[in-house]
Amino acid sequence: MYGAIFMRIPLDRTGRDSLQDDYVLRRMFMPMMQFREALNQAMCEEMQRDADVFLIGEEVAEYDGAYKVSQGMLAKFGPTRVVDTPISECGFAGLGIGAAMAGLRPIVEFMTFSFSLVGFDQIVNNAPKIRHMSGGQFKIPIVFRGISGPGQQLAATHSWTIDALLTHVPGLKVVVPSTPHDAKGLLKTAIRDDDPVFFLENEAMYGNRGEVPEQEYVLPLGRADIKRAGTDCTVVAWGHGCLTALAAAERLNQLHGLAVEVVDLRSLRPLDEESIIQSVRKTGYCVTVEEGYPTCGVGAEIAARVQEKCLDDLDNAVLRVASLDVPMPYSKPLLNHVVPGVERVAEAIKQAVYFRV
Amino acid sequence: MGKTKERQVTTMVEQSQRIEPSPSQLLDWYRQMTLIRQFELRCAQSYQQQKIGGFCHLYIGQEAVAVGSLAAARPSDYIITAYRDHGHAIARGTDIYPLFAELYGKSTGCSHGKGGSMHFFDRERNFFGGHAIVGAHIPLATGLGWAIKYRRQESVVFCYFGDGAMNQGAFHEALNLAGLFKLPIVFLAENNCYGMGTHVQRASAVTDLKLRTGDAYGIPGKDVDGMDCPAMYRMSQAAAEYCRGGNGSIFLEVKTYRYRGHSMSDPQKYRTKEELAQYQRYDPIGRLEKQLKDQGLLDEKKIDALHQAIHKQVEEAHHRAEQDPDPELDDVWRDIYANPFGPYRS
Repeated sequence: MYGAIFMRIPLDRTGRDSLQDDYVLRRMFMPMMQFREALNQAMCEEMQRDADVFLIGEEVAEYDGAYKVSQGMLAKFGPTRVVDTPISECGFAGLGIGAAMAGLRPIVEFMTFSFSLVGFDQIVNNAPKIRHMSGGQFKIPIVFRGISGPGQQLAATHSWTIDALLTHVPGLKVVVPSTPHDAKGLLKTAIRDDDPVFFLENEAMYGNRGEVPEQEYVLPLGRADIKRAGTDCTVVAWGHGCLTALAAAERLNQLHGLAVEVVDLRSLRPLDEESIIQSVRKTGYCVTVEEGYPTCGVGAEIAARVQEKCLDDLDNAVLRVASLDVPMPYSKPLLNHVVPGVERVAEAIKQAVYFRV
Repeated sequence: MGKTKERQVTTMVEQSQRIEPSPSQLLDWYRQMTLIRQFELRCAQSYQQQKIGGFCHLYIGQEAVAVGSLAAARPSDYIITAYRDHGHAIARGTDIYPLFAELYGKSTGCSHGKGGSMHFFDRERNFFGGHAIVGAHIPLATGLGWAIKYRRQESVVFCYFGDGAMNQGAFHEALNLAGLFKLPIVFLAENNCYGMGTHVQRASAVTDLKLRTGDAYGIPGKDVDGMDCPAMYRMSQAAAEYCRGGNGSIFLEVKTYRYRGHSMSDPQKYRTKEELAQYQRYDPIGRLEKQLKDQGLLDEKKIDALHQAIHKQVEEAHHRAEQDPDPELDDVWRDIYANPFGPYRS
C-alpha cells in the first residue's frame, strides 16, 4: 500500500543462543505462503489439536471471512466451531470472554480493530481485569484478532492503529507480526496462551508471501527478532512498520553503505526490552517506527525505557517516526503524507546518526 | 413471539404453581435471608466506621430474590451478577468469612482483596462474579451459556442485573445473541424501581419490563414477586427447567425493592419515607416468618435462638476477617497473567 511490501524478508540475525531453534527452522525447507494462509493454517492446526478452540466473528463462516483469512474453515469444522455473529462487537466480544471464563478457548475476529471500539469496555475491562479482580480464580484464554492500521483510504474512524491503546492496559498481551512465518508461529502460541492476547494484523499485508516451515512450530511471545543485523543504528519496529523500516534500511545501505539493525518487536506486551537495549548498546543510536500516533505512542515508551536503561550508550536522542498527530484523512496524497513511508524513516535514521552526504 | 413459545411459557408457569417447597427448604431460606440481612447490617456498620472502602451496595429488602432463585440452581449451574452481589454469594453458599475479608481488603478475601464489595467471585461454586460496569456482565453470561451448549451440558446460567442495566447497549446485544443462539440462560432483572436515584419511569421508554424481550429477541418474559421467597423459587425452578429443555433463554422481571440507598453514600432524596414503608410491609423475611409460624414450623423461641446463632456467626466471621493481616505489597504483581512469561502447553 505504501510501496514497502516485501516479497521476502532478509534472514540476517544475531546469533543469540535462545533463538537457535528458530534459526534451525529457517534453514529447513519452507514453502512460500501468504500471510492470510499462514493465519488460516495456525487456526486450523490449533482447532484440530484442541476441541475447545473455536472461531467467532462477523462473516467468518459462510462469507469465508471479510478478508478471506478464515477461508474454508466452515467447511472443515462446521458451524459450531466457526461461528458467524451479528454486527454486535460488544455482544460477541463479551460472549467470547464469558466462554473463556468457562474454560473454552475462543478466537474472536474483529473485521477491524476500528470496530472493536464499539465493544471497548469488554476488551479493556472484562478481558484483562476479571482474572485480577477474582484474585486469580479465572483465566481468560482468548485471542482477539483482526486488522489494525491505517486503512486504504477509509478515513478517520476506520483507520485505527490500536497498538498503543491496547498496550497501555495491564492484563492484556499485544502481538503484531510482520511476516507469515512469525504470524503462524505467534498465533499458535497466542491460542495456547491462557491470557487475553490481541493479535493485530494489517490489511495491506494479507497478500504478502513469505517462507513458512512445513513442520509444526510455535514462537514465544515477548521475544523480538532481529530482522536485519547492523552496527550503525538500531531501528525498533513491528508489524507493517517493520516492513517500512526494512525497506528504509535497504535503501540506506545501497545509497550510503549504512548498516542499520532492524529489531522487530513482534509483541508489544510483553515487550522484549532486553533485545532493544542490547542493540542500542551496540549501535549507539535508536529510531522507532510506528503507524500509530506519536503522542503517548509505543515509540514514546521505548524511548523512555532506552534513556532509563542505557543513556550512556546513546550518541543522540531517540527519534520517533510515527503517523502525523492528526485524524487519518481520506485523500490518498494526504493519507500518504500522514502515514510514515520509507522516505520518512530513512530521513529519520540519517538524522539520528548525524549522517552528512 | 410465536404461539408455540407462548404455550410453553404458559405450561411453565402452571407447572411452577404446583412446585411445593418442603418445610426444611422454607426454614433454610428463612435462615439464609436472615444471614444476608445481618451480614449487610454489619457491613453498613463497618462502612460507617470506615473499615470498608470503595462503594458498598446493600441487598437489604431484596434477599428473597437471590435466596429463592438460587434454591433452584444446581451446583453445576453458572451464576453471574452485578455489583450488588453480597446476597448472591451468600445464597450460593460462599462462607461469610472470606466475604468480610474481601470487604476489609485482606488477601484471605474471596477475591484476594483485589475486588472488594462489587467483585465477589467463587470459582468453586460456579459463582462468576460480581461485575460493576452496569450491563457489562450480561454479554459474559451469553459466553457461559455458549460454553454449556458447546459442551452439550445440562447446566443453566442464572444472570442477574438491575432494571437500570436494561437500557445499556450491552444488555440488548447480549439478549439478541442469547435469543439467536438459543442459549440456556435465565435472565433475572431485579427491578427495585431505581437505577441509582432515577426511577424506572424516568429511565425506560417501556416500563413494563417483562414485555421488552419477547417480541424483540424471542425471549419470553414473565414477572414474579421478588418479595416472596417461595414464589421466587417456584418461578426460577420452572424457568431453569424451561432452559434445560433446550428452549433457549427466558427473562424474569423480578419486582423487588431495596430498603437502603443505592450505595452507602446515598441521601435518598428521590423517594419518600412512605414509599419505603409501604414496601417494608411486604418484607420478604417477615412474610416467610409469618408463614412458618402459621405452619407451626417456627415460634418466638426458635426465632430468637436462630437470630442469636446468626448474629454470633456474623460477629465471629467479621472479627476473624478484621484480625487478618493486610496483604503483602508484592501481591499487586499477582493474579494479572496466567502465563506471565509465556504459555506454552505444547
